Amino acid sequence: MITLISYPFLQSYWWIIISLLGGLLVFLMFVQGGQSKIFSLPGNDIQKTMIVNALGRKWEFTFTTLVTFGGAFFASFPLFYATSFGGAYWVWIAILFSFVIQAVAYEYRSKPANILGKRTYDIFLFINGALGPFLIGVAVATFFTGSRFSLDYMNQVKWANQWHGLEALLDARNLALGLAVLFLAKSNGILFIINSVNDEILISQAVKKLTINFVSFLVFFLFFLITILLSYGISADWETGTVVAQKYKYLHNFLQMPLVLILFLSGIISVLHGVEITLFKRSRKGIWFTGAGTILAVFSLLLVAGFNGTAFYPSISDISSSLTIRNASSSYYTLKTMMYVSFIIPFIAVYIWYAWKAISSKKITVEEMKDEGHIY
Amino acid sequence: MIENVDLSLVDWSRAQFALTAMYHWIFVPLTLGLSFIIAIMETIYVRTGNDAWKRLTRFWMTLFGINFAIGVATGIILEFEFGTNWSNYSWFVGDIFGAPLAIEGILAFFLESTFVAVMFFGWNKVSRRFHLASTWLVAIGANLSAMWILVANAWMQNPVGMTFNPDAARNEMIDFWALLFNPVAVEKFLHTVTSGFLLGSVFVLGVSSWFLLKNREEWLVKRSILIAGIFGLISVLTVIYTGDMSARTLSEVQPMKFAAFEALYAGKDNAGLTVFGILRDSDKKIGEKETKEFAVKIEVPDLLSILTGGDKNFYVPGINDLVNGGTEEHQQLSVSQKMERGQYAREVLIDYKRAKMVKDTEQIEIIRDIFRDRDFIENNFRYFGYAFLKTPEDAIPNVSVAFYSFHLMVILGFFFLIVCSLALFLLFKGTITKNRWFLWITVISIPLVYISSESGWVLAEMGRQPWIIQDLMPVSAAVTKISAGSVLTTFILFAVLFTSLLFAEVSIMVRQIKTGPKH
Repeated sequence: MITLISYPFLQSYWWIIISLLGGLLVFLMFVQGGQSKIFSLPGNDIQKTMIVNALGRKWEFTFTTLVTFGGAFFASFPLFYATSFGGAYWVWIAILFSFVIQAVAYEYRSKPANILGKRTYDIFLFINGALGPFLIGVAVATFFTGSRFSLDYMNQVKWANQWHGLEALLDARNLALGLAVLFLAKSNGILFIINSVNDEILISQAVKKLTINFVSFLVFFLFFLITILLSYGISADWETGTVVAQKYKYLHNFLQMPLVLILFLSGIISVLHGVEITLFKRSRKGIWFTGAGTILAVFSLLLVAGFNGTAFYPSISDISSSLTIRNASSSYYTLKTMMYVSFIIPFIAVYIWYAWKAISSKKITVEEMKDEGHIY
Repeated sequence: MIENVDLSLVDWSRAQFALTAMYHWIFVPLTLGLSFIIAIMETIYVRTGNDAWKRLTRFWMTLFGINFAIGVATGIILEFEFGTNWSNYSWFVGDIFGAPLAIEGILAFFLESTFVAVMFFGWNKVSRRFHLASTWLVAIGANLSAMWILVANAWMQNPVGMTFNPDAARNEMIDFWALLFNPVAVEKFLHTVTSGFLLGSVFVLGVSSWFLLKNREEWLVKRSILIAGIFGLISVLTVIYTGDMSARTLSEVQPMKFAAFEALYAGKDNAGLTVFGILRDSDKKIGEKETKEFAVKIEVPDLLSILTGGDKNFYVPGINDLVNGGTEEHQQLSVSQKMERGQYAREVLIDYKRAKMVKDTEQIEIIRDIFRDRDFIENNFRYFGYAFLKTPEDAIPNVSVAFYSFHLMVILGFFFLIVCSLALFLLFKGTITKNRWFLWITVISIPLVYISSESGWVLAEMGRQPWIIQDLMPVSAAVTKISAGSVLTTFILFAVLFTSLLFAEVSIMVRQIKTGPKH
């Protein structure tokens, strides 16, 4: 049966996996969102410790998902990897920089003799929390708004300016998605803290912060969504390989792929529901609805970026250099081999769920912060 | 492909990758080795129920955690630097190279990161057995992770299981199993992870010896010495055995690296193995390149020939032979000939691209047939990378670096064999606490084992220059075309960051060690 699987099927399969990893990554950036609140949310040191420890037990998941997202992109769409990472150099380096300082900050912040001092590590966490989601949002926005690159006959990238990706910050749509992802991460971070700690005062402070962060997310996200739906996208003819700019491309994609539209709307509704039950019913389970909604919404947005004959990495400088899931993918053999490997993902999901449940079954309390041997 | 590439860009890109890799490798081997030592200690705790073993496990686990975080942090940069700084490489071989990196993330990294949370925070939340299983899974995950990275690296040293696709201008994987069971990969994996086990063992021995010197925690640290001594002895024996295997394979797949690390310029039968040597500049040159000669040398006659070919009369080619094409008796292609063959392959590829541009279907078909031709693949495309060399001597790596890194690694490897053996001997004899000289040697062994471990990677990566993929692509053709100033800036940023974090890590480690196992 496997031998009957076609090359286009595998390319689509891997775009689905990439989109799913993208959705998971944005959800897991609740860790970053929570980190960006460590100076403004807690009322005292013990509350800050509780927040940091709630988030710190999950940071590896975000980190691992980011690494896997990068690795999967490299393996399945290496031309994107070479083009975007090599071209938009400064954006990716800034993202990496912010993640390096996060990884050590948790482990080192409360350890004696840490040289830089606890506050420095907390600032590291804050920088990663603010910069990471924002820059990843900006980078993902270029999947819709395009970048300034061209490819030569050997498929080697040439960036059209010396800004190497920083010019993306001059496009309001990119900024809007960057800010939307940041405020979504903040909202999810707040919801995760509400779910994870047993401290009524802290929870009530978190609920108050949720409104402004979520409204900010909605404003920026709607701005991005509306402008993208009304703008041009690059349409690719799978048969001939020709590409043309097409007005309302992403709107057409939603309408021509109703299942994706349903997934997207379900995601939005789920996110709204998660916030609604937290704000109005004082539920502490909002994170699960916003989390699932985030995954669904990002997943479907990335499907819209790459499916239905769409260039997922459009070039503004040379439209014919735009990357599609057809021209940027790995070979049939590699995609098929990687597909076999991907069959293990459900098993991984099960053990992650099991381990997550085992660690998070009890809410974090002040007493635990005083008794537990391994405290961040 | 490399027209107008700024050489300082290549140098800074290499420097940045080397910086990241060397910092990364400070932390990773301790994770590899210590994770198993911790797992063994916790197993004893679970089986005996003796809380002293739990104290011991948690003490080493604390040190593991401090080291683990920064290892993870530097690792992510390495993965993404293939894209940011080596984008031409990423496209040329991404179809092959990306797969093991992705598999690492999916199969190994999730395993490691999921259960490391249980390992640190699960003591009072999960059952003893679940916790123990988590600790073992972290050790297995860390080593699986290393395996996939080493498979990827081994492929760069000995590219196998692929074919060139002229339409995409890239190499494509055609045999995953060849990639996985590449002889260089198997040996590299065994050699590298066991060197990590050895490093972890020497670290535990050194720290434990410090406690004995301070007359603290004698019962606990003697048990640490027992476990680390046995684990270290098994590891160092495996390291020596796999090192020998690796060197033999290297003599076939990377003969220039092999000749360089022995500083062997003139090939010969009955070649002796240099045990110790000091190099100095020689009057002779190869092309425009300076050569080296021995100022001092201790050599075991015939041993290099015996170790390489199993026979003292076995001929080992030297750097001169590899560059100039050997002798009448031992003929081989010179670098100039390889450059001609590579140049032909490159011109065929350019002709193909031109034919595609003008849609000359007849020419396209003719050239496609050339790329399918076995003779062309084995005699021309195999040397594709040589087309980018300017002179034959460009194929010679830095001989001094290769020689000293290799010999430092080997000498220290045998030194650790003595250290591990003596530690066990004195422990069983019951006199380890009295032999303070030995305890001090063991403490001093901690920095030495790091030097040895780093030397291995210096040899592996510097010794294979100018290649990023052996014979197929030199580093100068693989680099991302950005300004050298940009890379210099990020190099400085990373250097400052990594160095600061290293100081912080060492400082925290020292404080935790001084504090000792908690009650």
